[in-house]
Amino acid sequence: MRNTQATELLFDLAQPGRRAAIFPESDVDTAAASECIPAEFLAAAAPELPEVTEPDVIRHFTNLSTLNMSVDTHFYPLGSCTMKYNPKRHERLAALPGIGDLHPYQSEDQLQGMLAIQYEMQEMLAEIAGLPAVSLQPAAGAQGEFTALLVASAYFKDRGENRTKVLFPSSAHGTNPASAALAGFECVQLKDGADGFVDLVELKAHLDDKTAVFMITNPNTLGLFESKITQIADLVHEVGGLVYIDGANMNAILGVTRPGDFGGDMMHYNVHKTFTGPHGAGGPGAGPIAVRDFLADYLPGPIVSRSESDTETFTMTTPAKSIGRVRSFFGNVGILMRGYFYLRTLGAKGLREASEDAVLNANYLKALLEDVLPVPHGNHCMHEFVASASDLQKERGISAMDIAKRLLDYGFHAPTVYFPLVVSDAIMIEPTETESKATLEAFAETIRKIIGEPAETLHNAPHTTPVSRPDDVRAARKPILRWRSEK
Amino acid sequence: MSYLFNTPDEKREMLAKIGVESVEALFEQIPAKHRLGRDLDLPAALTELELEQHVQKLAARNGGRSSRTCFLGGGVYDHFIPAAVDAIASRSEFYTAYTPYQAEASQGSLQAFFEFQTLICQLTGMDVSNASLYEGGTAVSEAVFMAMRITKRHDRVVVLGSLHPEYQQIAETYLSQIGCELAVVPTPDGVADPAVVAEAIDETTACLVIQTPNFYGCLEQVEALTKIAHNHGALAIVSFDPISLGVLKTPAECGADIAVAEGQSLGTPMQFGGPFLGLIACRDKFVRQMPGRLIGETVDRNGKRCFVLNLQAREQHIRREKATSNICTNQGLLALRATAYLSLVGPQGIQEVANLSCSKAHYAAKKLCEIDGLEMAFDQPFFKEFTLKCRDGADEFIARAKQSGFDVGPGLKPFGGPDDHVLVAVTECRSRQEIDDLVEAVRSGVTASCDGVAAPHIKVPTGQRV
Repeated sequence: MRNTQATELLFDLAQPGRRAAIFPESDVDTAAASECIPAEFLAAAAPELPEVTEPDVIRHFTNLSTLNMSVDTHFYPLGSCTMKYNPKRHERLAALPGIGDLHPYQSEDQLQGMLAIQYEMQEMLAEIAGLPAVSLQPAAGAQGEFTALLVASAYFKDRGENRTKVLFPSSAHGTNPASAALAGFECVQLKDGADGFVDLVELKAHLDDKTAVFMITNPNTLGLFESKITQIADLVHEVGGLVYIDGANMNAILGVTRPGDFGGDMMHYNVHKTFTGPHGAGGPGAGPIAVRDFLADYLPGPIVSRSESDTETFTMTTPAKSIGRVRSFFGNVGILMRGYFYLRTLGAKGLREASEDAVLNANYLKALLEDVLPVPHGNHCMHEFVASASDLQKERGISAMDIAKRLLDYGFHAPTVYFPLVVSDAIMIEPTETESKATLEAFAETIRKIIGEPAETLHNAPHTTPVSRPDDVRAARKPILRWRSEK
Repeated sequence: MSYLFNTPDEKREMLAKIGVESVEALFEQIPAKHRLGRDLDLPAALTELELEQHVQKLAARNGGRSSRTCFLGGGVYDHFIPAAVDAIASRSEFYTAYTPYQAEASQGSLQAFFEFQTLICQLTGMDVSNASLYEGGTAVSEAVFMAMRITKRHDRVVVLGSLHPEYQQIAETYLSQIGCELAVVPTPDGVADPAVVAEAIDETTACLVIQTPNFYGCLEQVEALTKIAHNHGALAIVSFDPISLGVLKTPAECGADIAVAEGQSLGTPMQFGGPFLGLIACRDKFVRQMPGRLIGETVDRNGKRCFVLNLQAREQHIRREKATSNICTNQGLLALRATAYLSLVGPQGIQEVANLSCSKAHYAAKKLCEIDGLEMAFDQPFFKEFTLKCRDGADEFIARAKQSGFDVGPGLKPFGGPDDHVLVAVTECRSRQEIDDLVEAVRSGVTASCDGVAAPHIKVPTGQRV
């Protein structure tokens, strides 16, 4: 039933002379840049873009879209990614006239409704974090990490302290060390304890007066709440360091506990995950940060503040000792707006219910699967759990990847595999709260069925997808990163 | 709440299977003293109808493009977006998908991004494009880091003072921790003087960053400038306006080693400054130093052509602190919009958009400068945006226009420039009538006299100067 002709490369569909968008004749004195700009600046010819009609374009991309799995079409239990439902109202509201069409350099009196929203967003994120000062500027989680580390750096510099190290557990997301390196810190990776938690002895051994920040994801990447978090935070604070909470897993704890209450000094949100962005096939995201009051002065601007005399008036300001800008204009506003719509739809009770159902769904799915896919760490999980296919690998040669690929044949997106590294043959499953009991049961049933299938069937899976097991080695050896004309 | 499924009966069954009494028991791993024990203090929940009414009310306090006429520039432009772009970006198979880690379940996005990379190469003349960065500002900084890795020079970076001041500020923030000097070449005549640039670059300089058309709208002598960089073994980074490439020479033709841009003009709405689309493209030999996601073509186990995330060994999830960048997302949905936009306009369409924007901007400049008290701040070629010098000050000019429903600007004063300089941008969306109306609206306001102010000098808070 697939239209494979329409999903040829755009460039192969093109025919010289075809047009889609056509623009009006000039209504001013001149019609061409060549009448306005000296010839030395002008190109000899138009760019070599493909020539296609509007129906070509629509059929091409519509057919391409059907080659994707997505939250709207499939259960997408991709661990660590919080693939929850993306409400349609967000898309309509974000595009409203007066919202989606604002230019960032309009004067503030033309932006009061927008600034009111951003102000309220700052306030809500501060309350959910238990940390009072918020910058909405970072464009994504990784940039949030980087920004917060610069804030920490500026804070220590201001105090005359020379702190050079950022510590993180080995189960950390790759962005943690990458952001720390970018912020000019030395990266120190700690060995995790056998239980998957931070090893306090290991932590103590590396803490000293050179420690700037300890970065920790909590709940951690095993889907477990770091129960020693108070001791960890105390130890870091004792040597004068700051605790950074990677908020990737906030979906488990909304309204239940707050990073600021369990020892965090700084954190980022992933608005595209926790507050249902959506993900957009890889972005845009938004990575606002929240920090303690003694760090507020260092945040990047602009920040929205409310007039004390007139609570209906808002203005953009830059904190006194700001680290500077990390992004042009105000941030990924379109994504922040969707987060705002989500928080206003759910309210306090709704948010907590969302976390409760996320945790309930994850534990239920874990209970349905544990006998065939053991979960090495923890008793109950939070919003996700990490199972291991290592027994299957040893006994039958079935890998985590085999299971992941075979699930696609049955109409389920694969879980995250081989992360975190602390679990061998890891299968990281995050169902989210926006899935039904019946879906979870069907998924568990499918995994059981897959495990019973001949190993050969799994090694060659998927069998029903448009393509199967791309040759990554070949792709890397001689990279083909663009189409080229054969002319 | 309408996004949840579990009924009370189902919850009981699920809890029984898990073997706990209540959902609360699942949270027992969180120490009791850390549990909030109260509701979050958030505004009350709203139904969809109430939310829409609430947002409509707030939107009415804003002046959007629908109620006002936009002559604003400074890196964000009101270009036309064909309906087909929205139709494609509204396919939820695209916008509710994740990063295409599972290639078999993501061929739609992967192929679209491969096409995006190709289109950006076709537009810029460069060899390789990645699948996008956050926006135009961080794209400059990522390119600077890339140049430092390639040249192995980590001590000095030179940027022109005509680079967007916010991009300069970002570069300053990004470089602040690594002890690299950010030297800013002043551009008092609206563009850089190659002789002054030549003095600023030395054998320790990693790169020269040029923006053209620059922040003032003027066209830089890019070919001469890239040659100067190359003479000293430095790389040339060119920040371009994608629409301008409908008529202007490409960054590749002008000698750029790395080309970056804000891609908002390619089908992304202005939405108060983001999310936008960072473009970065480079020469083939630098590809392994490229930050961010790259999509590559390969074959599957049956020999069928397909697309995958490629050269991931550069990226943070593999390389961690040694990665080429900490970036973990691309701007997938906006890259898709740009792909659709460039497909729809094609070679002739982008030429038309560029020609119209350029012609109308020149008409607007001519008409405005016929008014006593307004003149061009710089005697330089420009594309679709220009800097006016207003005898009565930029604020007065902006206010006059605003009163009549026209937004112009930004003025340069907030960026440390003179208070009588203001940007005016004109796209294909503006009609002759709108331009004439703007001219009439500001005519009456420009009467009083005021002496000229010192040459423009965009200041970055603490940037070092040469």
